[in-house]
Amino acid sequence: MIFSLLVYAAPHSHQAAESAYRFAVACLAQGHSIHRVFFYGDGIHGASALATPPQDEPNLPDRWQTLAQTHGLDLVVCIAAAVRRGVLDANEAHRYEKPGHNLHEGFELSGLGQLTEAAIVSDRMITFGA
Amino acid sequence: MSTRKRFLVISRRPPYGSSHARDALDTALTTAVFEQPVSMLFLDDGVYQLLQAQQPGGIQQKNLGATLSALPMYDIDQLYACSDAMQSRNLGVDDCLLPVQLLDTDAIAQLIRTHDVVLSF
Repeated sequence: MIFSLLVYAAPHSHQAAESAYRFAVACLAQGHSIHRVFFYGDGIHGASALATPPQDEPNLPDRWQTLAQTHGLDLVVCIAAAVRRGVLDANEAHRYEKPGHNLHEGFELSGLGQLTEAAIVSDRMITFGA
Repeated sequence: MSTRKRFLVISRRPPYGSSHARDALDTALTTAVFEQPVSMLFLDDGVYQLLQAQQPGGIQQKNLGATLSALPMYDIDQLYACSDAMQSRNLGVDDCLLPVQLLDTDAIAQLIRTHDVVLSF
């Protein structure tokens, strides 16, 4: 079965961000595929390269990136949600003349249309944290 | 994209206080732009989004009612609200800025069953 995930909760604030990751791992372990993971609302904080949790707590952006590399996952972050909350890639930092950019490697910024497209082509769209 | 799915966007948070309501609306509008049939269902405090004459200027927020009024222009005219949620908040369809159908819980379950994709905010 083809799954897509909508992550709406920020890591460390809500268990849902962690649950989404664990669900993705379980999906892949059972032989399902994941078309896209879409980060929206506060969920976009899960794509910050600057997140620095204590060493004995999981670093979700790092874990998503590793999972994406292993399984070729498409990690898409809503550009409007991310830019207003201060998660920018190099392009947006340049566009808005900001002093730095912090989108974690392995993620990309794109529009809300990517959520719709994911829902259309996937058998299941699962929301975490809304 | 030739495939069409029936989308139901469920919105259960009040219009102001969190980004849920705006994000639900943006999702519905974007999905309509992709030429997918979209319905919206308002539950719990989400029914407050339907109120006329919202004045969020005092908290420096944009008027969500203005965005809501644009839904029919995007062919999103299947709007539903939970009758219990409306009644317990002493609201009626006359308080709403758009025509909305009231559904009881059985009808809501049926509505959800008839859609391919449910996105809940």
